[in-house]
Amino acid sequence: MNSAPFDVPLSLTRRDGLRALVRAAALACAMPARLAFAAPTTSRANSQRRLVIVLLRGALDGLAAVPATGDPAWAELRGHAEAAARSQALASATAAGNAAGIAAAKASELRLDTTFALHPALTTLHRWYLQKELMVVHAVASPYRERSHFDAQQLLESGGDRPYVQTTGWLGRALQSTGQPAMALTVAMPLALRGADSASTWTPERRASNHQDLMMRVAQMYRDDVPLANALSQAMGQQDIAMGADHDRGLISLARQAGKFLSDPKGPRVAWLEAGGWDTHTQQAGRLGRLLPSLDEALAALRNALGQHWATTTVLVMTEFGRSAALNGTGGTDHGTGGVAFLAGGEVAGGRVVADWPGLARGQLLDSRDLKPTLDIRRLIGPVVQRQFVLGSSALERILPGAPDGLVDLYRT
Amino acid sequence: MRKAALVGKQSATEKVIKDELGPMTPFHKELRQTNLQGLARRWQHTIESTTPVTERWSQFWSNHFCVAATDSTMSALVWPHEYEAIRPHALGSYKDLLRAAILHPAMLLYLDNAQSTGPQSKAGARREKGLNENLARELLELHTLGVHAGYTQQDVKQTAMLLTGWTVSQKTGDKSAFVPAMHQPGTKVVLGKTYREGPEALDVFLTDLSRHTACARFMASKLCRHFVTDDPSPVLINAVAQRFTKSDGDLVETANALFGHDLAWAPDNPPKFKRPEELVISANRMLKLPVRSIEQHLGAVLAMGQSLGRAPSPQGWPDRTEEWLSPDALLKRVQWADLFGDAYRESADPREVMRLAFAEDLSTSTAHAIERAESGAQALALALASPEFLRR
Repeated sequence: MNSAPFDVPLSLTRRDGLRALVRAAALACAMPARLAFAAPTTSRANSQRRLVIVLLRGALDGLAAVPATGDPAWAELRGHAEAAARSQALASATAAGNAAGIAAAKASELRLDTTFALHPALTTLHRWYLQKELMVVHAVASPYRERSHFDAQQLLESGGDRPYVQTTGWLGRALQSTGQPAMALTVAMPLALRGADSASTWTPERRASNHQDLMMRVAQMYRDDVPLANALSQAMGQQDIAMGADHDRGLISLARQAGKFLSDPKGPRVAWLEAGGWDTHTQQAGRLGRLLPSLDEALAALRNALGQHWATTTVLVMTEFGRSAALNGTGGTDHGTGGVAFLAGGEVAGGRVVADWPGLARGQLLDSRDLKPTLDIRRLIGPVVQRQFVLGSSALERILPGAPDGLVDLYRT
Repeated sequence: MRKAALVGKQSATEKVIKDELGPMTPFHKELRQTNLQGLARRWQHTIESTTPVTERWSQFWSNHFCVAATDSTMSALVWPHEYEAIRPHALGSYKDLLRAAILHPAMLLYLDNAQSTGPQSKAGARREKGLNENLARELLELHTLGVHAGYTQQDVKQTAMLLTGWTVSQKTGDKSAFVPAMHQPGTKVVLGKTYREGPEALDVFLTDLSRHTACARFMASKLCRHFVTDDPSPVLINAVAQRFTKSDGDLVETANALFGHDLAWAPDNPPKFKRPEELVISANRMLKLPVRSIEQHLGAVLAMGQSLGRAPSPQGWPDRTEEWLSPDALLKRVQWADLFGDAYRESADPREVMRLAFAEDLSTSTAHAIERAESGAQALALALASPEFLRR
């Protein structure tokens, strides 16, 4: 199923982007392709750059992370949920004794511009936004228009036009062409990095696994099976205390470790992080109230561990798709289409929301249910890859075959 | 991490083994290595088998004639017992299987018959050793007739007398032998029948036991419980028992009676809850994963409550749901599924293999859970923890 994703009127942001694209295309015609891209960056600078990709598996709800509070349809669609998220954030910040979190949650919202705000738990990201080191990208999606996690992640990681056409990953192909060392902080090599000899994996001996989410799904799967349901509910009752404490430690410690790896002169230049638990079909406010602070804290820990290297680091946070615009009947959201991505780092032209905003009125939604995607995420990935690996357009075409031209204004210089 | 997590379990396994068996000398290590090799062979066989029902059939009998690694010597003998005594006879006659199973050195040592000495035998007269009823009782209670078959303590004792002399050869150390000097002289009377002195009595006695109606009924009920459902229909049990008797304990005939009976396939039979070993083996089979390190699996199965080769009693591993389904055990299974799904997330598309494995029997709640999983690893974990996969 292929709806045309870019059929809405151009916003200012998008027009600017296109204008820059045209300029870049003119330049590219005027000189050999390789030069056009290699010229602005020396290989020395390239070897200093760091790239961190964070994949949120399970589909982060973009409208919860970056609420469109200025959209006319917002109040009716999500106003109530947003209030719930705020009180949830206040409650957990209070419980954790997190003064900044309390202050942030008490503030009316983490405003970004007239249309968008951040979820109250994303205080670090909000600070980066004000420092112009965070770019928020909204209504973004891969070319995938169905709603299977497996297929969507396959496509997002492989970098093709359709799932299962590419069997290696876009990052793997980029790494392979340059030989830069990379590290995935995962058990198995993620598809995204496959195809590269220089990619490795690492995890600490004791991984904090995403038990709570799995347990909820297992409980749901057992709901019609009385003996299994009873046994599991007893077991979970016994486990609650033990498991709750460590729930959000995984990503934070892995992010810190990634920063340490990247700071080591002999270490990797590219790191891959991923976290599950985002498939919030039920009780979304509470679950995101735990997950988003962990993401926010993980990114803070990453930056802290990177130290001076933050200045030449790019962090791309992405997820396989967005979620249904309206809440479902169980306080959650179902699989959707358009979502958000975050781009952060010392060189990122941040402090703005890049969105060709399609609107949230029913008639503006995709299939009358999802935020309509108006930006192909490969337009983000392409320039990030070129920045990190200093690649010409033909090399980029092998890495992201068939991808539309990248946005040209992602970086300050 | 997979390695690390499983290594953690492996060292836990080693600790248990060490606690049970004492310090590791080079000899002990060799015995343990033998144990692991035997288990690996069993698993490889089972996972790669193109005749899985036959495998399960053999393993049913292996568990029926259970031996366990109660000490380091036994740890090296448990799997040879299965390979040397059980497998060659599992598709033959029950009586031959019975004889091989109880006369294998593993059983003679495990149930102490190796030391059992007739009180009036030459050795007994020197008061070196005395009678041990262990094998005799289990032979009647667990191996042949069942606990309520009507035999008395006197029958047990007479059986023990009859069994005296069957021991493990002092000379070769690994073969069974009849040692006349340990054998109780005179006739023995068991269940009203008189048996002569000497080694020949055992064959006659085992033949009589195998033809006892209680034996046919006991075997049939255990078989039906294992292969069909925890509480099988008496009609089915009768049919299997009758064929067992009519064929003089021909195990292929018995199997045909069981698998050919409509009641064995009745849709309202509650399914079996897999034992941990079955669960892990079936995961390997479904995903076509060869056994890479048996120690990893040993640790996983142990965490779920089954210490392979170390059944808690001569009764073998229990065969009813309530013995295996507890909150903690279920939690351990889900945790295993989590680790296994993560480690082998690339092995298959969980949606595809579950459709192949269960076809129209795949429940919508399981299919949905897998479909909606947030990653391939989680989908595989859900498949392996699903109600249908935990059962068979």
